[in-house]
Amino acid sequence: MADISVTVDGVRYEDRVEPRLLLVHYLRETLGKTGTPVGCDTSNCGACTVLLDGVSVKSCAVLAVQADGSEVTTIEGLANGELHPMQRAFHEEHALQCGYCTPGMIIAAADLLRDNPHPTDAEIREGLEGNLCRCTGYENIVRAVKRAAEAGVTS
Amino acid sequence: MTATVDAPAAELGRARLRKEDAKLITGQTNWTDNIKLPGMLHLAFVRSPYAHAKITGVDLSGAIGQPGVVAAFSGADFAEEQGSLPCAWPVTEDIVIPAHPPMAVDEVRYVGEAVAVVVARDRFTAADAVGLIDVDYEPLPPVLDIRTALEPGSPKVHEAGNKSYEWVFASGDVDAAFRDAPVVLERNYRQQRLIPSPMEPRAVVAQWIGDEVTLWSATQIPHVLRFALSAFFAIPEQNIRVIAPDVGGGFGSKLQVTAEEVLGVLISRRVGKPVKWNEGRSEGNQTGHHGRDQWQRITIAADADGRIRGLSVDLLADMGAYLMLVTPGVPLLGAFMFPAIYKMDAYSFKCTGVFTTKMPTDAYRGAGRPEATFAIERIIDELATELGMEPLELRERNWIKHEEFPFTTIAGLTYDSGNYEAATAKARELFDYDGLRAEQRERNERGDTVRLGIGISTFTEMCGLAPSRVLGSLAYGAGGWESASVRMLPTGKVEVVTGSSAHGQGHETAWSQIVADELGVPFEDIRVLHGDTQVSPKGMDTYGSRSLAVGGLALVGACDKVVAKAKIIAAGMLEASAEDLEFSAGRFSVRGDPGAGTSIQEVALATFAAHALPDGVEPSLDSDYTYDPDNFSFPHGTHLCATEVDTETGFVKIRSYVAVDDVGVVVNPLIVEGQVHGGIAQGIAQALYEEGVYDDEGNLVTTTMADYLIPSASDLPSYVTERTETPANNRLGVKGVGEAGTIASTPAVVNSIVDALQTFGVTDVEMPCTPERVWRAIQAAQGNAQASAAEQHEARQNLASQGNSPQGSGDIPQDGDTA
Repeated sequence: MADISVTVDGVRYEDRVEPRLLLVHYLRETLGKTGTPVGCDTSNCGACTVLLDGVSVKSCAVLAVQADGSEVTTIEGLANGELHPMQRAFHEEHALQCGYCTPGMIIAAADLLRDNPHPTDAEIREGLEGNLCRCTGYENIVRAVKRAAEAGVTS
Repeated sequence: MTATVDAPAAELGRARLRKEDAKLITGQTNWTDNIKLPGMLHLAFVRSPYAHAKITGVDLSGAIGQPGVVAAFSGADFAEEQGSLPCAWPVTEDIVIPAHPPMAVDEVRYVGEAVAVVVARDRFTAADAVGLIDVDYEPLPPVLDIRTALEPGSPKVHEAGNKSYEWVFASGDVDAAFRDAPVVLERNYRQQRLIPSPMEPRAVVAQWIGDEVTLWSATQIPHVLRFALSAFFAIPEQNIRVIAPDVGGGFGSKLQVTAEEVLGVLISRRVGKPVKWNEGRSEGNQTGHHGRDQWQRITIAADADGRIRGLSVDLLADMGAYLMLVTPGVPLLGAFMFPAIYKMDAYSFKCTGVFTTKMPTDAYRGAGRPEATFAIERIIDELATELGMEPLELRERNWIKHEEFPFTTIAGLTYDSGNYEAATAKARELFDYDGLRAEQRERNERGDTVRLGIGISTFTEMCGLAPSRVLGSLAYGAGGWESASVRMLPTGKVEVVTGSSAHGQGHETAWSQIVADELGVPFEDIRVLHGDTQVSPKGMDTYGSRSLAVGGLALVGACDKVVAKAKIIAAGMLEASAEDLEFSAGRFSVRGDPGAGTSIQEVALATFAAHALPDGVEPSLDSDYTYDPDNFSFPHGTHLCATEVDTETGFVKIRSYVAVDDVGVVVNPLIVEGQVHGGIAQGIAQALYEEGVYDDEGNLVTTTMADYLIPSASDLPSYVTERTETPANNRLGVKGVGEAGTIASTPAVVNSIVDALQTFGVTDVEMPCTPERVWRAIQAAQGNAQASAAEQHEARQNLASQGNSPQGSGDIPQDGDTA
């Protein structure tokens, strides 16, 4: 077992965890942060994407112990009093249907604009290729990211 | 709408942002996998590594007694009570429906079939203990190819043999249509096996309190599931509550009564604790039902001028190892759609359902209709080539003209509405059809290594499942009605209860819009309740693009009843005769005296107080209504796809995609457009990327999302979507939209690829059209014997998971810049 200290959505947690515990399971099972879902078991789908020290990671591809001393932002902590502009853009462009990929997609899209504040459509599509959506055909996701970019979102 | 005759529809047609989004974009969700109950135990299944084997022994002792392990069971431990998973669609009288125990007892028939289960205090302990259970098997030969499974001497999946059923249909004089026909074309098409892959894996939680059980499941069909648990597993219906919490997509895959749901309920009862099972994606790819998987032989007879005389279809459909909820009926949903939008003299259809040692097939987005649409739209293109006709002209020569509606097709369906001319004209213009044809000619003449292809799909489909009588005539095990309740609350707010069970469709928004117009109350004042049999006790759930065309109309009926009742109460309040009242925009007024009136909200409050209701009037403004449609709905449209095909590498890039859909009256254009986008994407995925592949021992090769190639944003084009609108013959004028895009797009893409390669002599490319397969098709057409069709098929078995990786590869088609 390993002792870790992780700040998640602004709250600091001290826990003793199995070294093999994945960050996503730590978030969901230990902390009850169920806003971050699990969509696959091979790190392909991106549904579990969170920000780790400000950078997007698939939380199924990170061990909880690797997050020791770090700050994690999940979809539940992205809004700061009011919706994050990327959340608002997803709503306004109808960029979600079932919503299961949405937490990871929004986090990944926010991180994409941090890297590249004014992406082309092609850059948005490439930048989000690690996040799978089965409902939208991605068209409105691209529109949402563009809308957020036009609003000047930089994570 | 009739309830508000004189009021303009304020909400219908409005692009309302969705009520559902607030929780979904902030992570305040309630997926089944989020549920934690006190004392809850976790299940993990031991699954067969063999496609076909006798079980000769199950040793649970390695797991039992391990720290955290509460129990372990084999199929034999539940043999007495687990029964058989139901098949609700015995399509013929002599259909073979094999017993399908939720957990195998004597024999396994596909890789992944549950054999034993661990019950542990947490999910990790349960998963660890799976490896401590020993199962002895005596392998039996697998049965993997439906084309040889019916030959004498083939190994048998079941004692009764490998044929489940043969279903036939014929209309018109088929022999006459084909006899002496100037042109007869026969083609064989492959509908590959697909894995539906909603983003949310399945999950189940079951809890007994006394003799009452609550089952939470990531399901599309809480009501059907409740009925099935009672009818087939001997639990009194009144003691069962099924809850579909937030459900993350389904696409037909969650239209099922699964082994894990049934076992969750039975194991929870056995151990006296709530239990939970959550599916791993790799587990789910093996054990959630698959879709499609047919070989289609289609023959068309035509006159020299292109007029279609007749059509004949012979299907082999892979059932997989067992018949699940609607497995045998899926191909039959296509049976009536092969004639599509075309007039002809005769039609015959035969489908043979065949067992294999693979995961059963069942509903996947479109269910039977994409298969039919693909075959007819492909062979129409082939016929055009054969006749040297422009493919759109050939279609127009044969399609039902707009002035001919309502039209009864050769398959016996009566299409109530449509305008194929209008949709096609609009699509042609948006697509720049003539410009692209000119460019295609120029590139062909110049011998460009990258060829341009134009693919057409002038599709229709039958949805809005369905008139109960028709379902009965097809031997379906249930009706096709839908239920709704509308309750005016004392403060004038409205609760709407629907039997539709949304899992991403946006019903809370669209249903609010419908009710807002019918009752004249604000959109914001309406709350839609669904997905819990205790809250919404009656329903037939969501699949087959039925929710709006059936459930939406049930809402209208329920609102009518509320208005009728409110009118009597309002008449009392206004001291007028009910016959003298009109209702418009939420207000009852006395005809000829516009000043005298009352709002429906005031009526609701007066009803609550009940101090001065007219004699004999019940003090409530609630209503229930159950709607049974008298016909299917028939959305249609014209989809046009331009692809660029690199003839040296076989790589296909979609350059532009135009979809003009006619889904009747639109409640919410934002939601409709979203459905069309997502539908097109799934159809493109079948055309280019996805295939569930089994190796020659019956192992599923495509168990992960790295192997089963769900397209990412970088693999898909931007879509141009537009609409035409011919109202359906129902009170809202609506048709379904959930499956249209998927039905339309697959043939549009493949027609485009074949069109691009026409000058090479290519007449078909088997799906998914990977670069390798496109390249081999070119080589084969050019006479390279090494790339025969047989080898193509063999190559698919070996290489499918390596060929056209859409994720993370560098040379992905990019088409983000088209409008």
